[in-house]
Amino acid sequence: MTERRLDLGGLGLDRGAHLLLRRTLEPLAPGDRLAVDGRAPALAVHLGAWCRAEGHRLESPAPGLAEPPVAVVVRGDRDDERWMTATRAGAPGDVVRRPPPEWGLAARGALVEAGGPEPMFDLDDRDLLWADVAPRLYAHAAARQWDPAMAIPWNEPFQVPDEVEAAVVQVMTYLTENEQAALIVPARFLGRIHPHFREVVQLLAVQVADEARHMEIFTRRALLRHDELGTSSAGGRASLFALVEETDFALASFLLSVLGEGSFVDLLAFLERHAPDPVTRRVAWLAMQDERRHVLFGVAHLAQHAKADPKVRDRLRAAIERRYDALRDTAGLNAEVFDSLVLLAAGGWSPEQIETGYARVQRLEADMDQGRRRRLERLGFPADEAEALSALHTRNFM
Amino acid sequence: MGPLVMGAVCYDPKVVTIWTGFRRWFVERGLPFDFVLYSNYERQVEDLVAGHIQAAWNSPLAWVRARRLASAHGLTARPLVMRDTDRDLTTVIVVRTDSAAEKPADLDGRTVATGAVDSPQATLIPLAGLAEFGAEVTVRRYDVGVGLHGDHISGERDAARALAAGEVDAACLLDASHLTFLREGTLRAGATRVIGQIGPYDHCNMTVVDTAPAALVDRFAELLLGMSYSDARLRPLLDLEGLHSWEAGRVTGYEVLEAAADRLGFYGPEGQILAADYRP
Ligand SMILES: [Fe+2]
Ligand SMILES: [Fe+2]
Repeated sequence: MTERRLDLGGLGLDRGAHLLLRRTLEPLAPGDRLAVDGRAPALAVHLGAWCRAEGHRLESPAPGLAEPPVAVVVRGDRDDERWMTATRAGAPGDVVRRPPPEWGLAARGALVEAGGPEPMFDLDDRDLLWADVAPRLYAHAAARQWDPAMAIPWNEPFQVPDEVEAAVVQVMTYLTENEQAALIVPARFLGRIHPHFREVVQLLAVQVADEARHMEIFTRRALLRHDELGTSSAGGRASLFALVEETDFALASFLLSVLGEGSFVDLLAFLERHAPDPVTRRVAWLAMQDERRHVLFGVAHLAQHAKADPKVRDRLRAAIERRYDALRDTAGLNAEVFDSLVLLAAGGWSPEQIETGYARVQRLEADMDQGRRRRLERLGFPADEAEALSALHTRNFM
Repeated sequence: MGPLVMGAVCYDPKVVTIWTGFRRWFVERGLPFDFVLYSNYERQVEDLVAGHIQAAWNSPLAWVRARRLASAHGLTARPLVMRDTDRDLTTVIVVRTDSAAEKPADLDGRTVATGAVDSPQATLIPLAGLAEFGAEVTVRRYDVGVGLHGDHISGERDAARALAAGEVDAACLLDASHLTFLREGTLRAGATRVIGQIGPYDHCNMTVVDTAPAALVDRFAELLLGMSYSDARLRPLLDLEGLHSWEAGRVTGYEVLEAAADRLGFYGPEGQILAADYRP
């Protein structure tokens, strides 16, 4: 019988020889023999220990050979048995409707050994999570990350009247508070989403990172000229808590992204347009770019969801109504925030300036309402219903 | 008829995971099975022979004592099954590369590091072997996990460290431990040399005594031998326990250790504990 031979040279099992052994044994059939040559110290000793652990058998070379090998490895079947029942976790480019829990953390498309943990990723339904645009949105998000230290002209000189500066501080205080909620909501869902929906997880992870930067830049703008922040109202925080408490992914995404962040895009556009200084203008613009993406994903996956299951619209409607009822007796928007927006857009205290500022904030509210109605219609709500539902959205904007 | 109760020594918390998993497997297949945990092998063996448990997942040294103790009581102990990975182990005697020693006999008069007092592979077998080779040595013992019969690798690792540090002239290690210590860097590549190999010998087995209900024991063996590595439910447990398949037990692999226990006066012929400095 001809034996296969493997020469390990001076390589020992303590320095990687098992790779050569595995590679040579792999194509052999269980029971096949492999004669092993080598000069590494204690190679025969280590071959014995390695074979035992790997399920192979070690034999001494047959006597009388002219150039006897160090030992003969008889191939076992341990590795074959391990992979016999393995299955692919789908295909890299193919998102399945309901990935099984046992795929767990395996990369999409990987060959998954059977057994092992079956982690509970309760958000595991493509209809609920997926948007065809998610991979492209993620790529876009990754490409558009910016450095808060470099992207904003923190040191650019500017003059702003004291009271207008105070209004900026109040608005920034309010924005920071809202960003904290906007960070927590996707962060809490991240660990519940089945990793099979990788691009959704990636997109939400970047969204969380976006909000982290927004918190930073708004706080930093607030403290640029003042040592103290503005106020945080009970009603504003109650409105945000109603968001954070929502444990249903579709409903939370609807309230946060479609309605809240959607309204915020208009608010940030307003701030950019009427900013009294270049730093405020820039932070508003940068945050707005990110928020647009957050809104796009929310609308896209909910539109796909509503298409697959039209009844989801009833739940979305109920969610707006429920939040409206819960917040009915709270003030909603911090009155000081509203007044600060007016002053900020007015730029000064003359009655004419205030009148202009007030009109601009009214236009902002009208723009927000228009935007919400447009997005609600994209989710399939008829125009009259979209109008009614938009009116129920929190006065806190987010 | 009550369940078959097996004893296991909890040398590591994973023992609970392993046997809880196997227990579920047995019970689902109609074998009434339970297990109890011991802190050391001596009490487990005594309880086995006394009939408090019907099977014992024994170290090789515990097997030696169980066989002797059972026999002294007019009973017969036998290894029912064993792990495929427990067959044909060897012990190596290792020196530093620059040592003058070429063979075990050259260690006469030298200091040798071993594992714990009750380690078959790193103490009893090599010390008996050195005595047989005519080497009278001073023993530097690393007593970690006494009572666990060398299940703890730490004693061997300490012995290897002592060798590397130049504190001893040689160290006695399981062949696999030598490879492990090289891979993890406890021993530097090229810094040590193997001058002797003792064995082969067998390691753990599932010991039963003939007083145990035969039907339960037979079914127990049948279920163990039937465990397949391709079964996804069993494989994590088999991996944890460090085996690929359960094999039929054999008595032929324990002669080296039986002789070592006699030569070193560890156990008496009737299973008495003779080693004066052994306190499990
Ligand atoms: Fe944000
Ligand atoms: Fe956002």
